[in-house]
Formats: sequence, structure tokens, C-alpha cells
Amino acid sequence: MSSIGTGTAIGIRGKDGVVFGVEKLVTSKLYEQGANKRIFNIDRHIGVTVAGLLADARQLVERAKEESSNYRFNYGSPIPLQHMTNRLSMYVHAYTLHSAVRPFGVSMIVASYDDKGPEMYLIEPSGVSWGYYGCAIGKAKQTAKTEIEKLKMKDMTMEEIVKEVAKIIYVVHDEVKDKSFELELSWVGKVTGGKHQMVPKEIHVAAEKYAKEALEESDDSDEEDL
Amino acid sequence: MASSSFAKSFGSFVPSPLWGNGPGPGQFYSFPGNSTLNQNTGSQRTLAPAVTTTSVLGIKFKDGVVLAADMLGSYGSLARFRNCSRLLNINQQTVLGSSGDFADFQFLTSIVEQRVIEEECLDDGFKYTPSGLHSWLTRVLYNRRSQFNPLWNTYIVGGMEADKPFLGYVNMIGIAYEADTVASGFGSYLALPMLRDALEKNKNLDEKQAVDVIQRCMKLLFYRDARSFDKYEIAIVTKKGAEIQGPLTVEANWDIAHAVSGYE
Repeated sequence: MSSIGTGTAIGIRGKDGVVFGVEKLVTSKLYEQGANKRIFNIDRHIGVTVAGLLADARQLVERAKEESSNYRFNYGSPIPLQHMTNRLSMYVHAYTLHSAVRPFGVSMIVASYDDKGPEMYLIEPSGVSWGYYGCAIGKAKQTAKTEIEKLKMKDMTMEEIVKEVAKIIYVVHDEVKDKSFELELSWVGKVTGGKHQMVPKEIHVAAEKYAKEALEESDDSDEEDL
Repeated sequence: MASSSFAKSFGSFVPSPLWGNGPGPGQFYSFPGNSTLNQNTGSQRTLAPAVTTTSVLGIKFKDGVVLAADMLGSYGSLARFRNCSRLLNINQQTVLGSSGDFADFQFLTSIVEQRVIEEECLDDGFKYTPSGLHSWLTRVLYNRRSQFNPLWNTYIVGGMEADKPFLGYVNMIGIAYEADTVASGFGSYLALPMLRDALEKNKNLDEKQAVDVIQRCMKLLFYRDARSFDKYEIAIVTKKGAEIQGPLTVEANWDIAHAVSGYE
């Protein structure tokens, strides 16, 4: 079960959008770059990021896609995120109720943006879901939450948040135990025109650079303290 | 049988049969092998379209394709709806045009749009190509006609594939082909010869020339096709992307109409 203990994933909701960041641990050098993605598109306006059993997560993603497809077919408009979260939570919860099936080993963060603004929810394996301004799942979720709490995300734009997300992922990464990782960044909000998509390469590179520099600075000051 | 299972669940409301498989009180006895009550009486498929749209035209040019279709939805011979857009932008390299039953087109549109969204969501760099969509449409339409329940449409698929223009035709019985010029409905009689002629005279039409000949065809169709309309849209696909323009208006001149016998 090499997918247990997958790296941290966080989501931060700002004033004009939501940004996801994933610390995707690369457990073998033999993997192709970009393999086993942890961020998915559900619909044009909805994205999810997951932590836990990746195979379970993929099934939930399929289910979420089906829900949003059915909603569009019946109502002719994109599915509201709250509606989809409720449907998906009920599905996750149903798998905790029977002896013949096991629960999903997955925590997932879902996010969207529409004319009413950004939204983000966290669905737990138990089937409960809450709306959040900032949340973290996976290995270092406690550390990540502490970092997120330092931000005033309600006043921040997506462009500002994406840097902080990259930084937090770099901060919580445990270099001793897990050697290499890939940073995945996605966002949905005003600047993407309400579409959920991976952060464009230039902005991704800039955010990663910002994160690495911030990390080096804090390392330097740590040494001074000693 | 239905009444007896009813009797079980609503025993106090529905009286049970007088004897096994017999009639209920006040009902007729249904002789074995002579029952017409529960027989499947069959079902009727679409035998005629309801709201229809007329021709779609398409022509390839040097570095792209042009499609055109007017915006009239006819209810029989009644010009019922005047704002039926039936050129569909699939993605940056593919457009779809439909003639025939407008409801069937709307049905198929919702399916195609969902498929496009699912394709986009995978984010794997693959997209619906014109030839892919054309091939898929042939399967859908042929399958529906084989079930004796056709989608009452002719579809024209246009787009760019590997930097080359693509133009394809599929109709309600699954007949499909690719060509440099295509037209559906009345346009295949009236406009197709003009489109072919334009391409024969000049194999390397540019975008403007192609749009010009399409617009002349739309005018011709507005004059001679009684189910056509002067409001229309055109779709242009080039390497740069797909764009639907319109609504445009046919500049018609009916001054000499009174000289045509039978006009009034």
C-alpha cells in the first residue's frame, strides 16, 4: 500500500478564488514526471485535491464527475459546489454503514468559483463535510494548518495566495524522511474566469522560487540563532 | 397477476379474485390465451420531425473551413422560430452544424457538450478532433437508425486537423463522407453546384473568397428555399481557432419579384 501516507495537500480560499497546493511525494526515481496526479478537475468550475488512497480517490472523482454531469443534464446549469459536496458526502458516508464494504481512505478538498464568489469544502472519510477558508489534509496537516492560520487569506488575492501555498508546502515537507517531491498547484477564481486549472508554468515557477527563497532565509536565521 | 399482487399489498382496498387467476368481483373473466389486456401494444418512433431547420453549407479553403446556416426553425411550413442557432463551437479546432429536427440537435448538443467537458477535465492534451467527432457521429446516427429510432438530422462537421482543413457529412441514416464542399437539405441541390464551381475555378480559395461564395449561396437559398431565412450565422475555423460570426443578414432585393409568374 505505497499510497498510504501520501504527502500533504492544502487549499486556501481568498477573496477572489481558491488555490490548491500538493506535496506529491515521488517514491521512485523510475516514475515519469507528472504521474499519479493528486489534483483533479470535476467540472469546468470545480477542482479537488486528495490525500490518502489514490485509487479510492479516483473512484470518488469519477462519482463527483457523474454527479456534476447528471446535474447539468437535468438542470442545464453547472452544479453548485455545496450541492455536489452534499451528494458526495452522502456517498462517502454510505460506505461507513455496511459490513460488506469498507470506508474510503480518502480526505478530499473541493473548491469552485462562481458569481457568488469562491467556495471550499473538506470531505472526511466519515462523510462529514465543512466549508473552510483554509484547510490541510495528508501527512503534515497539523503543521500546515498552523502555517495557514498565520495568513489573512480573506483579504488576499489568488496571485498572493499561490506563493504562500507553495511556501507552506515547502515548509511542511520533511526532507529527512521523504527525499523528493513534486509541487502541484492549481487554482479556480477570478483570474481563471471561473475555471479550475493547473497554475500556468511561469506563475508556478515564480511561486516555487519564492518558496525556496523563503525557506533558505528562515534556515539562515535559524543558524544565526544557534 | 397484477391485480393479485395488488390484492396482497392493499388487501383491504382491492377485493381479491373470486378464484385463482379468476376475475375480481365486477370484472370480466379473461380467458387464457385470449388476453388483450396486458399485451404490449408496441410503441411508435419518430415518424416525422417537428420543428425543423434547413440547409447547412460548408466549404474548405486554403487554410481553413467555412460553415453557414440560417436561424429559422420551421414548424411544418410555418416560420415559427427565428433565433435557432445551429452552429456549435466544439473547441478551438472543431465546429458542428445541424439541419433537420431542432429538438434532436439540442439533445445531441447536450451530450456532445458534456463529452467536451469531460475531455477538458482529463487535461491530458487530447481534444475532440473534427474527424474524431465525425466518426463518433456516424456511429451514433447509424446506431439510432438501426433501432428504427433515428435522430432526424444531417450533421456537417468542420475544423482543422494537423493543420489541414476537414469537412465531413453524416445524415440520419448513417451515410457519411468527407468532401471539399458539403451541403445538407435543399442546399445540396441549390448551393452545392455553386460551391463546387467556385472551388473548381480556384483551388486555392482564400478566407475572404470562401466567405463570399458561402454568402452568395445563403442569398440564393433565401430566394429559392421556402424554409430558409435571411438571418444566418457563419463559422470560420483556421489554425488560429474557431469562431462563429453573426447573426448576419442577407441583403435581398425583391424588386423584380412581381415579374415572376406565381409570386403573388
